[in-house]
Amino acid sequence: MSQGLQGPGPLERPHPSGRRTAEGQRIDPQEEAEPARRRTILSALVKHEPGVLAKVAGLFSRRQFNIESLSVGPTAYKRHARITLVIEETEPGIEQARKQLTKLIPVISVTELDSDAVDRELALIKVDGEHPDAIAAVAEMYDGQAVDVSETTVTVEITGPEDRIDAAVKTFERFGIREVVRTGTAALAAGPSETAPGHSASIETTTPPSVTGDD
Amino acid sequence: MTNPEFDQYPPEDHEGEPTTEVDCGADAVVASLEQAGVEILFGVQGGAIMPVYDALYDSPMRHITMGHEQGAAHAADAYGIVSGEPGVCVATSGPGATNLITGLADANMDSDPLVALTGQVPTGMVGNDAFQETDTIGVTGPVTKTNYFADDSDTVGDVVGEAVELSRRGRPGPTVVDLPKDVTLGETDQRPSEPRLPDTYHPPDRADQETVEAAAEALKRAEKPVILSGGGVIKGEATAELRSFAIEKGIPVITTMPGTGSFPEDHDLALEMAGMHGTGYANMGITHCDYLLGIGTRFDDRLTGAIETFAPEAELAHIDIDPAEISKNIKADYPLLGDAGTVIGQLDGAIAGPLDIDPWREQCRTWKEEYPMDYEWDPDGPLKPQYVVETFDELTDDDTIVTTGVGQHQMWAVQYWTYTEPRTWVSSHGLGTMGYGLPAAIGAKLAAPKQDVVCFDGDGSFLMTGEELAVAVRENLDIVVAILNNAAVGMVRQWQDAFFEGRHSASQYPWIPAFDKLAEAFGAEGFAVEQYDEVAETIEAALAVDGPAVIDFHIDPDENVYPMVPSGGDNGRFALSEAQLEDL
Ligand SMILES: Cc1ncc(C[n+]2csc(CCOP(=O)(O)OP(=O)(O)O)c2C)c(N)n1
Repeated sequence: MSQGLQGPGPLERPHPSGRRTAEGQRIDPQEEAEPARRRTILSALVKHEPGVLAKVAGLFSRRQFNIESLSVGPTAYKRHARITLVIEETEPGIEQARKQLTKLIPVISVTELDSDAVDRELALIKVDGEHPDAIAAVAEMYDGQAVDVSETTVTVEITGPEDRIDAAVKTFERFGIREVVRTGTAALAAGPSETAPGHSASIETTTPPSVTGDD
Repeated sequence: MTNPEFDQYPPEDHEGEPTTEVDCGADAVVASLEQAGVEILFGVQGGAIMPVYDALYDSPMRHITMGHEQGAAHAADAYGIVSGEPGVCVATSGPGATNLITGLADANMDSDPLVALTGQVPTGMVGNDAFQETDTIGVTGPVTKTNYFADDSDTVGDVVGEAVELSRRGRPGPTVVDLPKDVTLGETDQRPSEPRLPDTYHPPDRADQETVEAAAEALKRAEKPVILSGGGVIKGEATAELRSFAIEKGIPVITTMPGTGSFPEDHDLALEMAGMHGTGYANMGITHCDYLLGIGTRFDDRLTGAIETFAPEAELAHIDIDPAEISKNIKADYPLLGDAGTVIGQLDGAIAGPLDIDPWREQCRTWKEEYPMDYEWDPDGPLKPQYVVETFDELTDDDTIVTTGVGQHQMWAVQYWTYTEPRTWVSSHGLGTMGYGLPAAIGAKLAAPKQDVVCFDGDGSFLMTGEELAVAVRENLDIVVAILNNAAVGMVRQWQDAFFEGRHSASQYPWIPAFDKLAEAFGAEGFAVEQYDEVAETIEAALAVDGPAVIDFHIDPDENVYPMVPSGGDNGRFALSEAQLEDL
């Protein structure tokens, strides 16, 4: 007995000619473009409790979002922390990353920052100390300074937007880089706008501890 | 073999009144569950969770001791699917907690309300690799909606309340509370407050009205619209809204596998399940539609096949309560963020009267005739599993609950049973967990003691959690396990035939137990069936048994599941037979 069901075969049936992209967007035959990746900064206001960072890091690795840097630290309010993420993703990828991040229960809010946001990264660069004067001159060029000097090494501190740090590291290569450490980008929205909303609501409902932090 | 407690079930309606006095953290845990309306727990005892079990000793809540923690998680999961209220499972630290993982992952994939309470070593020993210590928070994080490490006896009751509340609200899902022993033993007189959602969680209700109107306008313009009804319709209690909307507007309805039962499959507008093993007519409908209204579905790859050829000419409106599902896999032209029933109501308000789409409905009817689910069988030949499923359906009431393992039998159970009611199809969809069926039948029966429960299982799936039969016997649960025994992990064998040149690597069993005798050894009734003329009478006999019964149906070992869309294939090019598969 034959196995299976009766009916017209796969190629005998009518079939529509339309298609979607791999991202699920119906293709407009007029303009079919490769999805471009974009670098952007997501800022998340989160509850300052154990395990939050693990949840965020786990999310990004599990969902294969392309993460360039992540930095985390306390805010002015003891119960909140801020996580700043630099990601490079397609347009739908950025939106999906924002939504998945927002969905984590300890996350209060997430914002994709505008291009005018203030963003800074700090780097410590340890180089061979043979030419201390030249090193100092280059450090100055990047508004940096030497923060540790030994008989054989100089460590320089540089602060600035990510691309500036990239450039600085490249420039210091000529002295012989021994080690570099970078913090990843920290960023706040420009002007009076709130970076990631949620602070003000909790200020009303919780007793704010003494204000010592960044905002 | 009767359990006196079961005869009085439900023992009493304690409607969320905490009766347990609070003297320690464990009392607060138990009082919090009582207050949240929990009636049954499924679990296994052990060192780190003993304080909680001690507090349970005097509680009116019923506890079912399961054979294995995986069984506890699946039973609680099915209890949640059938009742709509979170099932609760309990396990000790270390191996108890890790044994829950499969059940948690399963619930997470299927958005089932489930709460797991795990014991943990005392906080002072956490991190020391103490006896039976596992990083339960670390291990369960990726497979839960969220999890909680309870570190304070005074607040542990509130934490448990929040875990229950979060698990059942919005898009449901599993939550875990890890309970270190010093926290549950620690003194406290803090009664838990009313269960509350975390302040960061705000599930949406009404969709943006402008988008609703745009979606409605597009639907009115559409010539070939379909509704794709997902599990969210059932979980969101929107079955009534869906049915009246679809029927009043006259829109054909396709279901996802978790959406099975949201729309009556015997209705003229029903095209049943689409996707890998969906009906030919559902796959034709979804491929040719020009407007797709997806409700409470996450457009899983077993449904969509290749994204490129999924509903390739359809404008997509997507109703979902979880923003992260909208445009995740398929770009929504009309994102409708909100509660399923509420948003269907909004759409309904924006469209007057039936849609003028007679030719499309006629086309769908023609497809039903062109691609019937009729299988061939010969009364003297080997027993066809489809016949077993259909006969079972005919001999039972419409509200009978079906649970399954994973494999071919699961597909025959969804294809050849006519589902007309929500919460009667209980299966492992997203994770595809073999062994789900029997513990799920236990949980389902406890959630709906008055309804018949049948578990269609594979021989392979049954052997993964068969120990739970001891529980069904002990609790005298009226369930029937119908093993569609093909002496193989059949779904794997089918794929080997289709894609690996018939090389049956590790898929055939040279020996399998006599399941009828195995059942008898457990104290259940056992039956074995090989002939067509024994099928109906044996089903009747098994249904009449007081307590669990197992029927070992020796089915045609060569039978395969069709239609079939190979994984990543084009839904419109489903194969109806092995020969058609070769055409692809
Ligand atoms: C826990 C688990 N292990 C392995 C698989 C892979 N798998 C999918 S279907 C299947 C065969 C199932 O065999 P059986 O339960 O006998 O059902 P049948 O397909 O024969 O009906 C297997 C091994 C799975 N889904 N789950």
